Amino acid sequence: MTLRADLQIIEQWIRPNSHILDLGCGDGELLSYLRDSKGVHGYGLEIDPDKISACVRKGVNVIEQDLDKELDNFEDKSFDTVVMTQSLQAMHYPDRVLEDMLRIGKEGILTFPNFAHWRCRLYLGLRGEMPVSDFMPYTWYNTPNIHFCTFRDFEDLCRERSIQILDRLVVDQSHQAGKLSALWPNLLGEIAIYRVTR
Amino acid sequence: MSGFPADSVGLVAPQRQSFSEPLRLACGKTLTQFDLVYETYGTLNASRTNAVLICHALSGHHHAAGYHNVDDRKPGWWDACIGPGKPIDTNRFFVVSLNNLGGCHGSTGPGSINPQTGKIYGATFPVLSVEDWVHSQARLADVLDIDCWAAVVGGSLGGMQAIQWAISYPERLRHCVAIAAAPKLSAQNIAFNEVARQAIITDPDFHNGDYAAFGVIPKRGLMLARMVGHITYLSDDSMGEKFGRELRTDRLNYDFTSVEFQVESYLRYQGQEFSARFDANTYLLMTKALDYFDPAESHGGDLTKALQNVKARFLVISFTTDWRFSPARSRELVNALMAANKPVSYLEIEAAQGHDAFLLPIPRYADALSGYMNRIEVDA
Repeated sequence: MTLRADLQIIEQWIRPNSHILDLGCGDGELLSYLRDSKGVHGYGLEIDPDKISACVRKGVNVIEQDLDKELDNFEDKSFDTVVMTQSLQAMHYPDRVLEDMLRIGKEGILTFPNFAHWRCRLYLGLRGEMPVSDFMPYTWYNTPNIHFCTFRDFEDLCRERSIQILDRLVVDQSHQAGKLSALWPNLLGEIAIYRVTR
Repeated sequence: MSGFPADSVGLVAPQRQSFSEPLRLACGKTLTQFDLVYETYGTLNASRTNAVLICHALSGHHHAAGYHNVDDRKPGWWDACIGPGKPIDTNRFFVVSLNNLGGCHGSTGPGSINPQTGKIYGATFPVLSVEDWVHSQARLADVLDIDCWAAVVGGSLGGMQAIQWAISYPERLRHCVAIAAAPKLSAQNIAFNEVARQAIITDPDFHNGDYAAFGVIPKRGLMLARMVGHITYLSDDSMGEKFGRELRTDRLNYDFTSVEFQVESYLRYQGQEFSARFDANTYLLMTKALDYFDPAESHGGDLTKALQNVKARFLVISFTTDWRFSPARSRELVNALMAANKPVSYLEIEAAQGHDAFLLPIPRYADALSGYMNRIEVDA
């Protein structure tokens, strides 16, 4: 089984045998892969019953917990890395979750879609409508993605909160890091993968 | 051919095991000898690695699955979960279910004869703790030649025993499944138990626990105790749905003796039925064991420390409308396990049935439990 493309990139940033918390762990794909390939241990938080069940079947430690509620059941610096893939934009308070990630973990790794990608800009600019695509297939009134941001927005927030960006990889829909998207990431990158610390 | 459902373990018969080596109890007393009654379902494999222990709750017993007679109306109390192809699959596992020490279904308890006096123990039967139960269950495991359980599984008070197993015998179980349980009772919970105990103790037929000598049973006290208990096992929603304000009579009688609301009739029936089949001293003893259970206490109240040497993987399950053993109590356990860096999965099942949900075949619950149990490795 091949690992989801963004997870392949994250995997490179996870040290063997480290202690990981995966916020919104889905069906446990990343955690089960890291467990088998790198001896990584930890927990995934999830609220979708079917995905939780999939984790249980994979033998992944999954905890039914809503990220939008408090994460104060986790102690400071109790994990090496806290991961959150494609969920930041779905949080009620993305900044609080980001703060919590870096309180709980020594490092945070997160991925989110870039709302300033040229296709989004074109869609909104020319059609005057909220962008809908294969990648972001929801209508504005019925989307889990309630807090879209751009790479620049995110980096502004990091600066404001004294969060240090250790790595940034900007990729397109198929998770390829092209030369052009490295040149104009906020225009040409579709997904960013950040490694942050404080 | 029997008329039992295909996914039933079918006809089962209880077994009795006597233990003659004294068992020292938490209260300081010693039981010089005792019997445990138990049932088994499925087959123990050659490597003896597929044994699962089922721990029962307050009013439970050894008859967890299958039928004792061909004309039994109902199967064992956890037949929904135990059987061929069921979440605790008897095609894979050898399941052991016992009646706890102090019980009233065959194992040594307050209704047994004290070998030292030749008389019924009655009020002199020692107050037991969850730890005592676990130690007595370990003796049964020794006799069955089971070094390590594939899993110890329990709901409610049974879940507490599963937790205690992981703490007391870390090498003797690979998985701990604690359903609708708690690492300790809250004040409210102890309060409910105290009301139940007072109902029994103040019944004139209780005779300080020696009712057997007087040829009576404190039926009314037991009935009241069960009525209070039963309310706490259901949720407001499930009671509302089941009974609402429905009347059994055409009109209100404006008196205190008629059974008017359906819920009154139901509670009385439950209480009466229970008081005829359960022993008052056992009920007192079980509620005390519940109240006393607090493995963190000997670690300065630090549950994480209490769980430090645990080796089992945990599955913890709670139910949203359970207010007797609420999800918050299960989360306490889960958080302590995570803080101790122990493997644990936790599910909070949406269910309207309150505490009783743990006994019912709720699809998501059954699916998760079977998903977890099926991953447990056992030799063919």
